[in-house]
Order: sequence, then C-alpha cells, then structure tokens
Amino acid sequence: MKNLLKSAAVALLMGVAAAGAAAAQELKVGVAAEPYPPFSSPDASGKWVGWEVDFMNAVCAEAKVKCVLTPVAWDGIIPALTSKKIDAIMGSMSITPERSKTIAFSDKYYNTPTAVIGPKGVKFDATPEGLKGKVLGVQVSTIHADYAKKYFGPVVSEIKEYQTQDEANQDLASGRLDAVQADLITLQAFLDSDQGKACCEVKGNVKDDPEILGAGVGIGLRKEDTALKDKFNAAIKAIRTNGTYDKISKSYFTFDIYGK
Amino acid sequence: MDATLHLLSLTSPGWGGVLLGGLVASLQVAFGGYLLGLLIGTGGAAGKLWGGPILRDLLEVYTTVVRGVPELVLILILYYAGTDAVNQLMALAGLPSVDISGLAAGIFVIGVVQGAYSTEVLRGAILSIPPGQIEAARAYGMSPLLALRRVTLPAMLPFALPGLSNLWLIATKDTALLAVVGFAELTLVTRQAAGTTKAYMTFFLAAGVLYLGITLVSNLVIRAIEKRALRGMTRPGGAA
Amino acid sequence: MSEVQIPSAYVAPKGRSLFEPHRIFLMLVFAGLIFCVAWFMRWDWLPRYQDRLIYGIGQTLLMLFSTAIVGFLLAVPLGLVQVTGPKPLALLARGFCTLIRGTPLLLQLWLLYYGVGSLFAQFPEIRSSFLWPYLRQAWPYGFTALMISFAAYEGEVMRGAFAGVPRGELEAARAFGMGRFTLFRRIWLPRAIHRALPTLTGETVLQLKSTPLVATVTVVDVYAIISRVRQETYLTYEPLLLLALIYLCLTGILVYAFRLLENRIPTKGV
Repeated sequence: MKNLLKSAAVALLMGVAAAGAAAAQELKVGVAAEPYPPFSSPDASGKWVGWEVDFMNAVCAEAKVKCVLTPVAWDGIIPALTSKKIDAIMGSMSITPERSKTIAFSDKYYNTPTAVIGPKGVKFDATPEGLKGKVLGVQVSTIHADYAKKYFGPVVSEIKEYQTQDEANQDLASGRLDAVQADLITLQAFLDSDQGKACCEVKGNVKDDPEILGAGVGIGLRKEDTALKDKFNAAIKAIRTNGTYDKISKSYFTFDIYGK
Repeated sequence: MDATLHLLSLTSPGWGGVLLGGLVASLQVAFGGYLLGLLIGTGGAAGKLWGGPILRDLLEVYTTVVRGVPELVLILILYYAGTDAVNQLMALAGLPSVDISGLAAGIFVIGVVQGAYSTEVLRGAILSIPPGQIEAARAYGMSPLLALRRVTLPAMLPFALPGLSNLWLIATKDTALLAVVGFAELTLVTRQAAGTTKAYMTFFLAAGVLYLGITLVSNLVIRAIEKRALRGMTRPGGAA
Repeated sequence: MSEVQIPSAYVAPKGRSLFEPHRIFLMLVFAGLIFCVAWFMRWDWLPRYQDRLIYGIGQTLLMLFSTAIVGFLLAVPLGLVQVTGPKPLALLARGFCTLIRGTPLLLQLWLLYYGVGSLFAQFPEIRSSFLWPYLRQAWPYGFTALMISFAAYEGEVMRGAFAGVPRGELEAARAFGMGRFTLFRRIWLPRAIHRALPTLTGETVLQLKSTPLVATVTVVDVYAIISRVRQETYLTYEPLLLLALIYLCLTGILVYAFRLLENRIPTKGV
C-alpha cells in the first residue's frame, strides 16, 4: 500500500513537471473573452473564429511557435499579461503611448478609423457639437473610451462603459443609448446584421488624435520578451509580403484593413 | 421567442452543446471548490478549536475578511494574485513557471471562499457535540486522532449537514461570478451565445433552467443524505 | 501525541484583550505588512479619484438600503401567504422563492437588463410613455434584481418566523376578541419580525456583498469606480485591495450598527 502510494506520488510529480515543461513551449495568446466580431468570437460549437484568429494562426505558423488561444476578460487582459496568465495579446489592442508604459507592442497589424453610429432618423455627426446632451456608449478600457472621455465627456449627458462592444450595440438598438463610438469595422459588422440594419447608421468618423487613438493594432507583449517581439515582427512582415495576410483579409473584408 | 428555440439544439448551429459544456465546467468548479473548501474548513475548525493563540487569531482574520468582502472582489484578487504567487514561488524554487488553467484557478478561488464559511459551520457543529461523548472516547483509551475519526467527525455530521448543504448550493451559484474573469462557465457561455445570436431571453432562460435543475437535484440528494445521517435521531426539528 | 488536546470541554478563548503578548506580536506583523503595502505599492492615484470613490460608496449604500427596505416589505407577504394563504397563492410564493434562490443573481440581473430591457424597446407605446426615461437607465434593473433577490431570501426567513410564532399567543389574541386583521397587525407581524431580526444582519451583509454585481450592467457604484481606476492606471492589486478594505469597513459598520439596534429592542421572552 505504501509503495503504491509512493509510486503514485512520484508519477504525479513527474506528470506535473512534464506538464510544466510542455507549457513552457506553448505560447498562450489572449483574446477578449467577449465576442468582438468579425475579429474574434466563439461560434456555436464553442470554437473561436474570425479574422484575428486566422491572423494568429498565420503569424504563429510563420514564427514557428505553438500558440494556444486563451480567452481572458477584456478589462483584465493587461494584468493577465503582466501576471503571466497569458504570454501575448492579440485582441485588437491599439498601440497607445499610455499602454506602452506598461506593456510592449509588436508592429501594427491593422489600422482602421474610429466612427460613431446612431439611430436612423436622428441627424447628428461625430463631433462634440453633434453629440451634445446625448448618451454615448463605448467599450470599457478601449481607446474609444479614452477618446470619448476627452473629447465628448464635457458635452454629452453620460458616457456608459460596457464590458463588450456587443452590449453597447445591443443597448443602442434597444434605445438606451443615443450613439456608440467604436472601431468602424466592428460597427460595420453590427450594421450589416438584421438588427443593425433596422435601427442604425454611421454618423461619421471622429477627428483623429494619434496620442489617444494610437497607431494601429499590435500584438501586446511583456516588456522583457524582446526576442518574442522580434520574432512576431518578422512574422508579420513575412505574411504581409507572401500574400497570406491578403488572403485571410479577403474572406472577411472588401478593403485593405492594414491602413496606411 | 419560439423562433429562437432551434438555437438551443445540441449540435451546431444550435448552442445547446456549448451551454452543456459550460454547465459541466460550472459543476467541476463547484465540486472542486466545495471539496477544497471542506478541506480548508476542517483544518480551520480544528485550528480555531484546538490551535495555538496565534493560529486562532489568524484564522479569525481569514474568516472575517472572506465573509466581509464581496465574492466578486475576492475572486478578482485571488484570480490574479493566486497565479502570480504560485509562479513567484516556482521562480524562487528555481522551477519553470507553471501554467495554471482557468479550472484550477477557479477551484482555488471558490475553495478559499467556501473554506471560510465551512470553518464556521464545522466549528459550530463540533461545539454542539455533547462533551460526554468525546470524554467517553478518551476514557476508552482512544488516541486523539482515532477519537476524531471515530467519534467527533461522525457525531458532528448531523449538526453540520444543514450548513454544509447550504454551502454547496452557494458554491454552485458562486461559480457564475467567474464569468467576470473570463472563465468559460455556464453564465459566460450563455452571454456569449446570447450576444452572438441576439436571442437574449431564450439563452438566459435556458441557463436559468439549468441552474434551477442543479439546485433541485441537489435538494433531492441532500434530503436523502440527511435522512440517512439523521437516522435514529430524535430531535425536535432535527430533520429541517 | 499527548500535547494534542481533545476538547473534553471546549474552553472559550479567555477575555478578548487586545494586549495579550501574541496579539501585540501579530499586530506588529500586520503593521509591518501595511507599511510594506503603503510603501512599495503605488497609491499616487488615490487623491485623483477620492471624490468619485466617495460618490461610489454613497451609491453602493443607496443601492443596499433601498433594495433591502423594499425587499423586506415584499418579503412579509411572501412569507405570510406561504404559511396561511390559499393553496395556489402559497405555491406561487414558494415557487418564486425557489426560483430566485436556485439561480445565480448575476444571471437574473443580465436576464432583466439585456433580456427584458430589450423587449421593452420593441413596443413604441413603452418608448413614448413617461416611464421610458427611467427604463432606459440601468439602475432600475439593478434595483429590481437586488430587491427581488432580497425579498426571496428574506421571504424564506419570514415564512419560518410566521410559522414559529407560538400558537398560544395567537389563540390568546383571538380569545381577547381581536379580529383577524388586528391580530395580524398587533400580534402576529410584530412577533414574526422580532423573530426574524437576528437573521437580518446576515442577510443585509450578504446584500451588501451582492451590490457590486450591478456594475456589470453599467450602474456606477464603488466597484465600478475601482474598475475604472484599474483600467486607467493598469494597476492590478492596489485598487482591488482598497476595494476589499472599503467593503470590509462597510460590513464592520453594518454589523456594529445592527448590534446597537438589537440591543435597543427588548428581547425578553423571545
């Protein structure tokens, strides 16, 4: 009995050690656990799909690292990275000076304009004058939340912050919001849905502010992982030149999302 | 709403399978966390009753803090801090950092929270044992450990059962809070499914039915266990 | 082995003096810990958020007391009909309590806000009614969910309390010629509430611990403020530790206040 216990304990220890060793070679890539179509969202079989998931697979294959997609709550995704719960963020995170104080970024891998949408039949545009007195929805801890607070905060009646973009869209459709500010592509995906078509339209793009809106979306990394950063930068460049990037994009978008 | 019922079918494009997967994850965390909580609770109760003054005070701090801070906040702190602490320990020991799965972290978090409540339940139950029974065990020359196993634990069970079954029901519902840290248990997958399909009512009601099912089945099992544990006991209101 | 003490009779810890030697030692250790936390962690954000934090605490307390009071008012009939009401009504009340107590509050809240809330919007009559300015805000949903939850849990307590009032007291009241309503108002209800009071402390603390959930549907309470601090400063632990401390203090104050209250209510004969 004692021997059995002892060998079981040894086996268990070895199992743990093996699991630790195996985990060391795998790269846990964090995406937001909240659906963010068309970039990443779970489908009905529980699998994560979208442009960014395909992009992740392509980049990791190019960089020859084994990536495991790991959904993490968006508002805790940076702490998750710094506390080593995940090793990289590919969650449509824009490269901003503020975030760069805490984490490192790879080169950008897409960049799209920021827009404001609102209900049909109400005329206003994406300026502080247009949004005066309105209830504006944004996703929490995004560049859009920061931008809205700085430019629209003083004039709107309230800025509501949502855990997911989807909930903000939902509240716009159900009339609890007058406007939603976000990335144009994800808003376009909502406007193309039945619900979006029925209720809302684009009111315009906001005036750019690189200090807040950043210079495109990059892979978030820990500052000390410089080797990984170089690897990813090389991989992004490679799939840009060998056509993989365009091939992935074509099945989702009609235009080039890489931006200037 | 009837039009969205097909979304609940078990295979894609229905989300039923995903919901059931979430249900399994919830049950795993609830079960693991509950057991861990019992373990902590047993140790905690023993420490509070028979430990030294320092241990007793520390346990008092533990139970007070856990019972005074919202589970949601504890889960956030423990979820990040727990993983961090383990990896720092591993680094101190010169080992590579381990990868802590969401499941393990969830069980740990629920277990620590449940442990504080179990401590109090078990302590109260042990205190309700008539002292004569334990004295009799000692008089028979039982060693302290044997007395604990053969007399104290079985004798306190009837007193602990109502509290412990309540804790189990709380554990199953507390797992929903893990949705906030992005762990794919029933509530989070429900929200994902609802958000993608826009059929909010259908999915939230379906998840409600699943949770209610857990509670009702648990109640049946609890009643059966209580009936067995309380056999031969006559106490006014003892079967409550 | 002999040093392991079996509790032949459990000896309660002696007088809770704060100045026993080991306590002084522990307090020194804790003081050291607090010093480390204050010194090595970042707290420079605190003054900037001070006003908003106080506002958040106010909102949390407002949420707590409003839902607890209205919930309690609802719990009385819920408990009463389960004890004495007509069968269908009693079953309905019992089913309601089981339903609410058997599902997570977070799910109920999301069902109300995202499910029911978006149903409202589909009816133009509701959108144009005077209620709409309220219905489009988040707090009515948070309030309703918390209130219902408190009512269901406390309703269960009230059921026990109503059932536990000694028959003899009710019979005596009837013998005095009291009508049904007078008997309820003068004897049954006060005695039942009296019996339920000790559980009220625990239920209120539990309710306090449930309030942060409303932050997930955009209600701004102290939890939401701390979340904002976390997102704006990228700090993981400091804001959460402060939040835990705030809730701990609130719990402490609540428990203390309830103890004062209980001492003022005569408990003779209960």
